[in-house]
Amino acid sequence: MQAPDEPAAQGGADLTARRVREARRRRLTVQGLRLLVAVVWLGSWELTTRLGWVDKFFFAQPSEIVLKLWTWINNGTELGPLWVQVLTTMEETVGGFVVGSILGIIVGVALGRIAILADVLGPYVKAFNAIPRVVLGALFAISLGLDIKSKVATAAILVFFVVFFNAFQGAREVDRNLMANARILGANNRRLTTEIVIPSAMSWIIASLHTSFGLALVGAVVGELFGATAGVGELIYSAEQNFDANGVFAGMVLLAAIALVAEALITALENRLVRWRPQVNTETRI
Amino acid sequence: MPSAIELRGVTKRFLTPSGGVYTALQDLNLAVAPGEFCAVVGPTGCGKSTTLALISGLEPASEGEVEVFSKAVRGIASGIGYVFQSDAVFPWKTVLENVAAGPRYHGTSPRDARAGAREWIARVGLAGFEDRYPYQLSGGMRKRVALAQSLINGPQILLMDEPFSALDVQTRSLMENELLGLWSSTSASVVFVTHDLEEAISMSDRVFVITAAPGTVKSNYKVDLPRPRNVAEIRFQPRFTEIYQEIWNDLRDEVLVSYERQKRSGAA
Ligand SMILES: Nc1ncnc2c1ncn2[C@@H]1O[C@H](COP(=O)(O)OP(=O)(O)OP(=O)(O)O)[C@@H](O)[C@H]1O
Ligand SMILES: [Mg+2]
Repeated sequence: MQAPDEPAAQGGADLTARRVREARRRRLTVQGLRLLVAVVWLGSWELTTRLGWVDKFFFAQPSEIVLKLWTWINNGTELGPLWVQVLTTMEETVGGFVVGSILGIIVGVALGRIAILADVLGPYVKAFNAIPRVVLGALFAISLGLDIKSKVATAAILVFFVVFFNAFQGAREVDRNLMANARILGANNRRLTTEIVIPSAMSWIIASLHTSFGLALVGAVVGELFGATAGVGELIYSAEQNFDANGVFAGMVLLAAIALVAEALITALENRLVRWRPQVNTETRI
Repeated sequence: MPSAIELRGVTKRFLTPSGGVYTALQDLNLAVAPGEFCAVVGPTGCGKSTTLALISGLEPASEGEVEVFSKAVRGIASGIGYVFQSDAVFPWKTVLENVAAGPRYHGTSPRDARAGAREWIARVGLAGFEDRYPYQLSGGMRKRVALAQSLINGPQILLMDEPFSALDVQTRSLMENELLGLWSSTSASVVFVTHDLEEAISMSDRVFVITAAPGTVKSNYKVDLPRPRNVAEIRFQPRFTEIYQEIWNDLRDEVLVSYERQKRSGAA
């Protein structure tokens, strides 16, 4: 937490300058410590595998993982150029994320607004939610084939439930006062949904987008494991078939990179969609 | 002359979470003439907000008749403005969008709605704040937004639920005067709920005193102070003090009853 701003008084400029300096020092400390953690972690990993305390056949070795990535980048992978694999997985993830989110929002808001629908469908949704949904990936691989469709479907179904539950909850917990005000001002049912229910459910929905993008990635990769011809998941699968621990880790590094880029994009989307909320300090938020 | 608002023998019951029935209003009678500014005072929990909800059509009466311009209220009628007790401006809309909401809902084109909204924003003294979001405004400014939002629809009936109770004394009398100014240029009937008897008398033509729960109208007083009024000064007139004494004698008993009851249920 930040201390509340003192009112600008004489010497206010001094104070501001000191604050800025303090903030910068803190940022540098945090970044330095972060680097230290990485060095200690990777260094000890490298060292123990080199000394033979830990078997690098099972646990890989940082330098060899880097080497593997380097070869993939320069010479391509067993499945073809690296960028094709990354792009394939990205495509599947984003496709599943978009389809799942849109369906989740529509169904969630509909059920949140229409009590009879919620009452009738509630038990089915709960039952459906209780099955471990990744196994549906196997079903999709059979019914939709080995191309992108089955992965998008797997990712979408994982995303759908998270977004759906949040949208549903959000739509039901709309401030009654805001609803009353909008109705008094003359809003009809459609307007109530688009102008009051959806915006106020939006903070719930957006909170779920961070989780659900991760799940979309899980869905895409699991879909690839069930059978595919390209993608990072398939790359990991084929490395595993060759007992190539470095290849598995290199694939994980790629997935982590994809997830980080996506996280940044979603945060940007969030800041656009909820401009009306006081800004959250992103550095202190995890 | 027919009344603008008329409640006859109105009873309102609520189901309590424990499954019982709570009677908030009992056999309440109240009439407001067209263009009249009425205040409603009463101890906390006596059903003042409930009365407004009935008039607006947000809540149906359990018994009795609620009429607005001689028509029975069924659901939300048009021509009503309602400034809520708690903040009800839309947090995801800017000041401009908030004020433009009413006309937009009534089918006005976005451009005309925005032009009208700018006028009202200026009229309530918020020019220059059009693009702010509610979280960037002070409590008093948000009340002004709520006021503009209601008034832009040109309501024939304006319901106000303790609109200024959260404001400091100076801002409050400023806004009270502004409200009287805005109201005098319309022909709207106002029902103004407040805890504050001084505010009630200085603003209104008539004051209704509601009893401790279950609420019913105990008495109503005509306030024959001249208009236009300055609420900051009118409190010093001898006639004001007379009226205050008279109403306070009535109100005090109800406040005491309510207070004793709460103390007892708190102790139990
Ligand atoms: N939806 C509801 N369900 C159950 N009880 C309710 C409901 N709305 C109001 N009540 C009850 O009705 C009574 C009157 O409430 P109301 O809000 O009208 O009081 P009020 O006079 O406006 O009080 P205050 O001055 O504190 O705002 C209260 O006891 C309250 O608990
Ligand atoms: Mg109230």
